[in-house]
Amino acid sequence: MDIFTENAGLLLDAIGTTLLMVVVAGVGSLILGVLVTVARVSPIPILRRAAFLYVQFFINVPLLALLLLAVFALPDAGLILPLLPTAIIVLTVYEAAYVAEAVRSGINTVSVGQIEASRALGLTLWQSLRLIVIPQSLRAVVQPLGNVMIALAMNTALAAVVGVVELTSRVNKINLVYAQPIEIFTGAGLVYMLIALAIGLTAGRIERKVAILR
Amino acid sequence: MSTDNTNAASYLYEVPGPRGRRRIIIGSIISALAIAGVVFAGLWQFGSRGQLDADKWTPFLDLAIWKYLGVGLLGTLQAAAIVAILGAAFGTLLALGRVSKIRWLSWLCAGYIEIARTVPVLLLIYLMLFGLPQLGINFPVLWKLAIPLTLANAAVFAEIVRAGILSLPRGQAEAAFSLGLRSGQVMRLVVLPQAVRNVTPSLITQLVSLMKDTSLGFIVAFTELLYRGQVLSSFNHLLIQTYLVVTIIYLLVNGSLSGLAARLQKKPGRRRTDLTLPLPTPGGSSSQKASNV
Repeated sequence: MDIFTENAGLLLDAIGTTLLMVVVAGVGSLILGVLVTVARVSPIPILRRAAFLYVQFFINVPLLALLLLAVFALPDAGLILPLLPTAIIVLTVYEAAYVAEAVRSGINTVSVGQIEASRALGLTLWQSLRLIVIPQSLRAVVQPLGNVMIALAMNTALAAVVGVVELTSRVNKINLVYAQPIEIFTGAGLVYMLIALAIGLTAGRIERKVAILR
Repeated sequence: MSTDNTNAASYLYEVPGPRGRRRIIIGSIISALAIAGVVFAGLWQFGSRGQLDADKWTPFLDLAIWKYLGVGLLGTLQAAAIVAILGAAFGTLLALGRVSKIRWLSWLCAGYIEIARTVPVLLLIYLMLFGLPQLGINFPVLWKLAIPLTLANAAVFAEIVRAGILSLPRGQAEAAFSLGLRSGQVMRLVVLPQAVRNVTPSLITQLVSLMKDTSLGFIVAFTELLYRGQVLSSFNHLLIQTYLVVTIIYLLVNGSLSGLAARLQKKPGRRRTDLTLPLPTPGGSSSQKASNV
């Protein structure tokens, strides 16, 4: 147990980095994902095409390849940012595709009558999207979005590979010194499980609060 | 999946009138300009650093490079196949345990699924790579990748198969029981085949995610596509080009799998529509609806 107390400062720092990535990339990907979904159901063909390609690209390409590309390769083209922001941006655009998929499946659950009624009331497309469709579809996909956020929390570990010192990277370094893998990695696993549990419980609470009883 | 006939889009707006059409044209022009602007800015940035020069790209006309990356792709496919088979088998067992009536078995499987879904694969890989060797346990490189991936993916497969089992109308199992089949037979002959058929699109989607996960072989130095790409880039110093090529290979392979999943989802087999349409389930299972939207 004293491994953890001796390295408490380092570990808390690392957990802080992990949480920072989860929160910033989480909020960012939610916003970006909803925007991509809006583009995907808009009447403008080129926007729909672009949003579709965006989603397909990020759903089919490994996050690690994108991280390596952004961190090691893009500086060759003069595109360089500090390490942590780069990792967060990559995580954001990557998870936004999954958010977009989830929200789109939510849009499919909004019944046709709702949209027809909003049109009958004379709402414009933008108004009916903003006031009728998006709120209802978001409510329908709270749980799936929670799962995307949990996946995001797991994916922050990949930032360790490109050198971000977050929880996974830190415990690995500590283990190389102390050589007590079982205790150390179990401890880290528990932290990740707590993060996932917190996200899951939050999603559950939000869902109970906003769920539409039909 | 295709953009032109998303279910929602078709009834979000009516056939536009003259003013609507004008607006759509204006919007199209603006967004086309914006997208072209972004693409142009990116290309200009690349070009200004000489990343678009012909001599940076001509090496990729060499067949040897493609052979080299091809070996990596084979490694990726090999690892994916192993993980898919083991993960699906283990996952199916977990799903059966999860839906079984034996309380402790069900809880055990549920506990495993929850834990495996909430621990990063990378942590398990680091444990395999750096942790266990300290205790004298050392696996071959392939298994340092395959074991963590199998442990993690089995949980996801289990959830998918369980959703399939639960989505099946209860009448199927009841009818099988009334024919005198034992519970093992009911599961094996009646429930599982239909359940798996119902969730085939989800299974293929998971296969894509699994293929992406094999890129973690990069960390354990297993010969797969991303690792080969990295070795190649440190050899030819064409980082951007090599990683872009590798990314595009992933995109093509996984994209065709995703396309297959989308097609299966859109055009369910005849037997599947027969099953899902006329039999209303009491309480309505959400997973069934989800697989048909």
